[in-house]
Amino acid sequence: MKSEKRNSKFEVNSNSKIKKIQPPLTDKDVAGLKAGDEVLISGKIYAARDAAHRAFGGKPPFDLKGQILFYASPTPAKPGAVIGSLGPTTSSRMDAFTPDLLKLGLKAMIGKGERSKEVVAAMKKHKAVYLVVPGGVAALLSKYIKKASVIAYPELGPEAVLELEVLDFPAIVAIDAKGNDLFAIGKQRYADQNNK
Amino acid sequence: MREISAKKIIETVKDLCIAANTELPEDVLAALNTALKNEESPLGREILRQIIRNAAIAREEKLPLCQDTGLAVVFVELGEEVRLAGGSLAEAINEGVSRGYREGFFRKSVVADPLLRENTGDNTPAIIHTTVVPGDKFKIQLMCKGGGAENRSVIRMFKPTSTKEEIEKFILGTIEEAGPGACPPLIVGVGLGGNFETAPLLAKQALLRPLGKRHSAPDTAKWEKELLAKANRLGIGPMGLGGTTTALAVQIERRPCHISSLPAAVNIECHAHRCKEIIL
Repeated sequence: MKSEKRNSKFEVNSNSKIKKIQPPLTDKDVAGLKAGDEVLISGKIYAARDAAHRAFGGKPPFDLKGQILFYASPTPAKPGAVIGSLGPTTSSRMDAFTPDLLKLGLKAMIGKGERSKEVVAAMKKHKAVYLVVPGGVAALLSKYIKKASVIAYPELGPEAVLELEVLDFPAIVAIDAKGNDLFAIGKQRYADQNNK
Repeated sequence: MREISAKKIIETVKDLCIAANTELPEDVLAALNTALKNEESPLGREILRQIIRNAAIAREEKLPLCQDTGLAVVFVELGEEVRLAGGSLAEAINEGVSRGYREGFFRKSVVADPLLRENTGDNTPAIIHTTVVPGDKFKIQLMCKGGGAENRSVIRMFKPTSTKEEIEKFILGTIEEAGPGACPPLIVGVGLGGNFETAPLLAKQALLRPLGKRHSAPDTAKWEKELLAKANRLGIGPMGLGGTTTALAVQIERRPCHISSLPAAVNIECHAHRCKEIIL
């Protein structure tokens, strides 16, 4: 894993480093990621959301070991384009399915919003991280996607599983494999305790 | 009688769908730019910058702002002196939505049945609310509403003796519960009064008001401002990663209600507030 200090896309804090990651991820790769870190992902990741998670039935039709799942389904590509707009959907809807997938070796998930206690416990047990990207910036995010193809469940239409080839796709580590949670840390830092 | 053709309505709705999904309205952009100036979290500021940059790319390249191009919610004000020629209103609106989502290369996000969940393939049917008004006006307001934020919306039937403080706690609690998953900074529509079905409708109509335009009643306008300040002290911030911009606006509508009731509804909207209107 390479680290670099410049070109910060998120400036989480002055000490944070941008970490470049490429699946398949190892336990060691995952252990090097802390809540608040910025990552740039290159290589193959998979897009799957609600209907695909139900269709998996705990046994996805591709090897999840070391892989990254992106909770997303794009708009249709315009003629000549690689993909349409693509951004994260709400991760918590996938919570019930996630522990089984982590058991199969899934190492990272990309989405938006919080995760359940059960998911965080399974992430700690199986060494995995949860990454977030901003919702509603899907035109911008589509620029980091170099190839896209349907690899499972074409009958699910917009919810089919996609294999995406990404280059320097930017994300933030929201929950690390130790259970540190940027949602809780960030909220506590900026909440006005006299509010209520 | 003034005649408007179904063809005209189809074209208008199609164009509104495309514009709404690719052009973030100026009032929303202005609110985001103000938020960028005030946001205390560096990460929050970076997320706001990305949202603003995304809006520029979407407008320039006619790309959808968000992959969730939403459910088309259409509010029609139909003048009593308007006659539709060549088709029904609902058919024309649905045809316009179908064409807009196809020609705009937008995601089809509608299933025919909540349990069977088969995609209808063209993002119809739209949700259509029609009000008949005096005169020969024909007004269409379209909101393309994403699922993530809509899912965090709540209706609660309070007691008539419930206090303003209890209602306020409910509104702020709903915003806090919506949290990171609803794509903050949020736009919050509040509907108070009416009955079980009208309070959520009022909450949705509150979202149609341009951001920054306060309610015409001074006490409600003051409350909107106070609620926005309190929402922004929750600490949730852009995308829930901490910050001082949790909401861009809180907008309230109030209506008469039964002596036994005090319905309150909160309709949560994400920052990608895709709302366009036209008067024919």
